[in-house]
Amino acid sequence: MQYREQILFIIVLSVALYFFVKKIQKIRRNIFLGKDETISDNKPERWKTMARVALGQSKMVVRPVAGIMHIIIYVGFVLINIEVLEILIDGIFGTHRFLAFLGPVYNAAIGFFEILAALVFVACVIFLARRFIAKIPRFHSPEMKGWATADATYILIIEMVLMVALLKMNAVDQVLQDINADHYIAAGSFPVSYYLTGFFEGYSESTLVVFERVFWWFHILGILFFLNYVPYSKHLHIFLAFPNTWYSRLQPAGEFDNMPEITNEVNLMMDPSKADPNMPPPEKFGANDVTDLSWTSLLGAYACTECGRCTSSCPANMTGKKLSPRKIMMDTRDRAEELGKAKDENGADYHDGKSLHDMISQEELLACTTCNACVEACPININPLEIIYQMRQYQTLEKSAMPQEWAMMNSNIENNQAPWQFSPSDRANWTKEI
Amino acid sequence: MSEQIHVPTVAELVAKGEKADILFWVGCAGSFDERAQKITKAFVKILHNVGLNYAILGTEESCTGDPAKRAGNEFLFQMQAMANIATLNAYEITKIVTTCPHCFNTIKNEYPSLGGKYEVIHHTQLLQELIDEGKLTFGEDPFKGKKITYHDSCYLGRANGVYDAPRRILEAMDAELVEMKRCRKNGLCCGAGGAQMFKEAEPGNKEINIERTEEAIETGASIISANCPFCTTMMGDGIKHANKEGEVEVLDLAELVAQAKDL
Repeated sequence: MQYREQILFIIVLSVALYFFVKKIQKIRRNIFLGKDETISDNKPERWKTMARVALGQSKMVVRPVAGIMHIIIYVGFVLINIEVLEILIDGIFGTHRFLAFLGPVYNAAIGFFEILAALVFVACVIFLARRFIAKIPRFHSPEMKGWATADATYILIIEMVLMVALLKMNAVDQVLQDINADHYIAAGSFPVSYYLTGFFEGYSESTLVVFERVFWWFHILGILFFLNYVPYSKHLHIFLAFPNTWYSRLQPAGEFDNMPEITNEVNLMMDPSKADPNMPPPEKFGANDVTDLSWTSLLGAYACTECGRCTSSCPANMTGKKLSPRKIMMDTRDRAEELGKAKDENGADYHDGKSLHDMISQEELLACTTCNACVEACPININPLEIIYQMRQYQTLEKSAMPQEWAMMNSNIENNQAPWQFSPSDRANWTKEI
Repeated sequence: MSEQIHVPTVAELVAKGEKADILFWVGCAGSFDERAQKITKAFVKILHNVGLNYAILGTEESCTGDPAKRAGNEFLFQMQAMANIATLNAYEITKIVTTCPHCFNTIKNEYPSLGGKYEVIHHTQLLQELIDEGKLTFGEDPFKGKKITYHDSCYLGRANGVYDAPRRILEAMDAELVEMKRCRKNGLCCGAGGAQMFKEAEPGNKEINIERTEEAIETGASIISANCPFCTTMMGDGIKHANKEGEVEVLDLAELVAQAKDL
C-alpha cells in the first residue's frame, strides 16, 4: 500500500518534470531564434548587477507598496520551496518530515515558513485588490485585456491556494501528532496553522490520515501543476529575471550601438583604406522580425512579467499616444512563440512570412522619444527601447517609411550639415552678435 | 556688456601656431536657433570671464548625426560622424565641451567605436568644475531664496547619469531648488528627444511638453532651469501654452550663471 503511493509519486513527479523540461527547451530554442551575440565582458559587474537587481530587488522598491509586497511573495516563494525539498524526499522514500532530525532548527524553520505563507496570502490579496478594486491604471491598458489579466489573476489565486494547502496540511499534521498517531512524529512549530486545527477535531485517526494525505498530495500536485503553468505564463520572470539582469547592458543608456555593416559601407565610400572589401554587404538593416533582434531582446520578452511600470512611465503613453513599451515586449514574445510553433510544424528552416511589424505599428514606433524611462523603470532591466529602435531602423533604412518631416530633416543634415535648412556658411554668424 | 568678444576658431589658432585647451562644440541648435543662440552666447561670455583657452570649429562644425540616428537613419549618422571625426582628429582635439546633451551623448558614447575618442563634458559639468576650483565665483548670493526648479534632460540624466553637476551650480548661486515629483532617474522627457523635435507628435490627448511644463509650474518656481537647447524650447512653448509668460521663465544653467555674474 505504502509503496504504491511512493511509486505513484515518482511517476507523477517524473511526468511533471518531463513536460517542464520539454517546454523550457522550446523556450530556449525560441529565445535563440534571435541574433547571436556573445556577451561575456565584465563578468564581475554582471554578477553584481544580477545580485543587486534580481536577487536584491533593488528596482522593485522604487515603488514601495508593490515593492514590499513583492519581496514578501518572493522571499516566501524561495524559502517555502526549501520545504518542497522535504516533500520530495518524503514522497520518494515514504518518510514523513524527513528533515525533523534537525530538531530546533527544523521547528524554527517550519514556524517561519508558516508565517511567510500567511504573509504571502495577505500580499496576494492586496495585489488582487490593487488590480481589481483600486484599479491601478497600468493594469488596465488595452494590451492587458483577455489572457494577460486572466494570467495575472490565476497566478495570484494559485499562490493563495498553495499557501492554504500548506497551512491545512500542517494543521492536520498537528492533530495527528497530538494524538500520537503512528508515523506522525512530533516535529515542527505551527504558529499559524495552530489556529486551523479546530477544523479537524473530532475525526478518527484514519480519517485524519486521509485528510493529511489529501492536503499533502494537493500541495505537491499544486506545485507541480504551477511549475508547468509558469513557462506558459508571464510568471516565467521568476527564473528569467536572473539571466536577464546578468545579460543586461552595461554601457551608458544613451549609447545606441553603431551598425558595423554600415561602418564598412561608409568607409568604402569615404576612406576605402579602412574598409574591409571582403565583408559581404549586409542582408538587412534593422529589425523586421524577431530573428533580427538580439537573443537578449527575446530573453527580455520571455522575462517580462507585464507589470507595466515601463508603460506608466512612458511620456508617449501618458499623453495618449499608441506606444506602450509593455506591449512591445508582449508582442515580441507572442511573435517568438508564433514563429517557434510554425518551425515546429514545418521544420527549423521554415519562416511563416509574417513579421513583428504585423503586430507593432509604425505609429507606435514613431511615438518613442528614446528617453529611456521604460528601461529605467523595468525592475529586471528589460530594454524595450532596443526593440523599438531597431524596428525604426528597419522602417527607415529598408522601407524608407518615415514622416515627411524626417525625410526633410535628413536631407537638411546631408546638404546643410544641420537638421534645419540654414546655410552651413552661416553657422558661426552668432559670433558677430556677441 | 559693451566690449566685443572675439570667439576664436580652431583653424584660426592653428594658423597662429596656437592650440586651444578645449573645443566648444556649439551644436546646430546653439548655432542657428535664436533661442538656443542665447545659451551659446551666455556660455561664451562665461568662458571669456574665467579666461578659458577655448575655440570653436565655426563653419567646420557639422551636425553630429544624432537626430538622423534616432530617426533610424544609421547610414547618414555614420557619414556625419566620420566626417566630424576626420575634422576633430585632424586638429588633434582631445577635450570637448558642449551645451547640448544630444551632441554630448553622441560624441562621448557613439563616436569612440568609429575612431573618435575624446574627453567629452557637458557645459554644466564644466561650470561645476570651475565653481569647485574657485575660478567661477558669485557675488552676494545672486539668486538667494529664489525658487528655481530643474528639469533633467533625458540625454544628460538617464542616458549618462549626470544629475548632480547642474544642481550644484544652482546651489552655488544660493537658489532654492524645488524639485519636481518626477526628477533625476524618474525625470519626464520634454518630448523632443529621439528626433521628435523635427516632426509632429503622434496622435494623442496631450503634448508631452505641456505635461512636463505643468509639473514644473506646480512647483511654484519662477524659473525652470534646463541644460538642453531642445528642452528649453519645449518648456518655453509649454509656458506660452499655459499663459505664464512673464511669470515663469525657462533658462539654461549657462544663462543663469551669466545672469548671476551680470555678464
